[in-house]
Amino acid sequence: MSEKLYNNLLFQSIFLMSFLILVGLLIPNWLVFVITKAIAYGLVGLGIITLMRGGLVSFGQGFVFGIGGYTAGLLGTQAGLTDAMLLLFVSFLFTGLVGLIIAPLLARYRDIFFAMLSLAFSMVLYGILIKIDAIGGSDGFVLPESTYFGIKPSSEYADYVLYVVAIIMTGFISILLRYYYDSTPGLIALAVRENELRVEYLGSSAFNVAVLNFTIAAGLGGMGGALNGIALGHIDPEFTYWTTSGEFVFISILAGYLSVPAVFLAALLLELVRSFSGRYFPDTWQLILGLFLILSIIFIPSGIGSFFKQFFDRLKKSK
Amino acid sequence: MVDEILTIVLDGAIYASWLFIVALGLTFVFGVLKILNIAHGGIYALGAYSTATLVPIFYSLGMPEQLVILAMLVSALAVAIVITPIMERGILRRFYGQDEVLIVLVTYAIYLVLEDVQKLIWGMNSLYVSEPRELLGALEFGSLYYVGYDLALIGLAIFCGLFLWFVLNKTQSGKIVLAVIHNPEISGCMGVNINKVYLAAFFIGAFLAALAGSFTAPLISVQVGISVAVVIESFAVVIIGGLGSIPGAVIGALIIGMARAACVHKLPEAEIFIMYFCMAGMLIFKPKGLFQGAQARKI
Repeated sequence: MSEKLYNNLLFQSIFLMSFLILVGLLIPNWLVFVITKAIAYGLVGLGIITLMRGGLVSFGQGFVFGIGGYTAGLLGTQAGLTDAMLLLFVSFLFTGLVGLIIAPLLARYRDIFFAMLSLAFSMVLYGILIKIDAIGGSDGFVLPESTYFGIKPSSEYADYVLYVVAIIMTGFISILLRYYYDSTPGLIALAVRENELRVEYLGSSAFNVAVLNFTIAAGLGGMGGALNGIALGHIDPEFTYWTTSGEFVFISILAGYLSVPAVFLAALLLELVRSFSGRYFPDTWQLILGLFLILSIIFIPSGIGSFFKQFFDRLKKSK
Repeated sequence: MVDEILTIVLDGAIYASWLFIVALGLTFVFGVLKILNIAHGGIYALGAYSTATLVPIFYSLGMPEQLVILAMLVSALAVAIVITPIMERGILRRFYGQDEVLIVLVTYAIYLVLEDVQKLIWGMNSLYVSEPRELLGALEFGSLYYVGYDLALIGLAIFCGLFLWFVLNKTQSGKIVLAVIHNPEISGCMGVNINKVYLAAFFIGAFLAALAGSFTAPLISVQVGISVAVVIESFAVVIIGGLGSIPGAVIGALIIGMARAACVHKLPEAEIFIMYFCMAGMLIFKPKGLFQGAQARKI
């Protein structure tokens, strides 16, 4: 291998992950919780990024977020499955499967119609969930405390252990996604974004790209929902509401589709703005969030990821 | 049985007419500016709040009761006059020509801001203005009683729809707007001031949203959170009818209104999701809505 070790993606990621895990020991518990939530939201945002690379934006990722959350929750309460890693993984697979089933339906649409149909799906699910009293209706339900390899951590470390699990699982998923983005099907998605018709004439299927990307996005969204549910210890139909979906779209627009780490940074920014304004301005946190959204769209229209890319391009040139 | 059907039809029509006024503004703004405005629901709520504030002031001035309608119109107009320059000139203009979904997100942000603006101005308490509702008395249909005001809403909706249709198709300014809808660049080359048309179109849309809010205020308790449901309901209407189509908004509002009224009476469990169900079904089978013509693909 001619590449130097520090240029290697795997090495970089493992370094970043170990760094974050160590930092988790030093920072206060509430921040650990906020970062875990940011990872959950970032996972969903990562799904939208995957779609965005193919030119699609889903305004209904609350759909998969909710399915993931309820899968983890119901497995926990009904089947007694409390292992967090297993729950995350099963939610990922199950929601991905649901995504694969409805993807052919959605993949025919573009632009605002894709966004609206995905929104419609999430709102149908919302309407159903608040009417099912067996799973708490509009109040939702509480998840049992999670375990890790059969061990239940003491309550002061529970947040930290989940944080570590989230970082490791998300880290490896991010690496895999980076490889996918740079693979042939991943690059075809970028071509579809540029000009779908030409891609079709060249013999690739834009439809297949959309199905594959939606399936991936669904799996990621499901895992994010499960992680969010486990972190909060509670699940309710608000997971699938359109305002939640709007936040995911915001994360992905703020991040841009160029960089994977930028998504988590964007999610963390959103969570921090939300928790700070929620703490200091409890009545006007939506106002602050809204202004933050507008300003960031005006000033960084192509996303935080574009800064990252510029930075690394300059780094390469200077060598 | 006949009574039941009549109830469903009348309830549905009243609900549909309210929904139509909101959706008319939404679909018109989309038609001209190509913006699917989530903040439309926020403007609706502002209309309701401003009526809830102005009408008691109006009564306290000792004005004749019948003129209360005027106060409601003024409050809707005031909302549109305040909100249009801020939203269209101040924020949305920066995003014209960009990705539709990005603009949806911007309007979502504005919606969030408007939510808290309502709380800051009017607080968390519910406001009630039921007086105008007693103005027109009650009407009797067989064994059913209906409040005259509610039925008058149907008239208002028909008037708004016909008026906008007339202006668009039968007046010169309307035809200019149609030209801008068809192709803004060419219209601009022909000497149309596009920015002015956009401003006017947004003003009309905002006014219709506020008007729906004003005239709904007497029927509901005006409180935090009234805008959140309106957003998706009006989206459902314009999606069913086809984005940018006025006849589409009529049909969409009627479908949603009747489906909802039928559910309330026959299957209350389904009341919440019936409209999303209609919307999803329509998107699956006729994604461009009922009244959207064929469009050329650009290669």
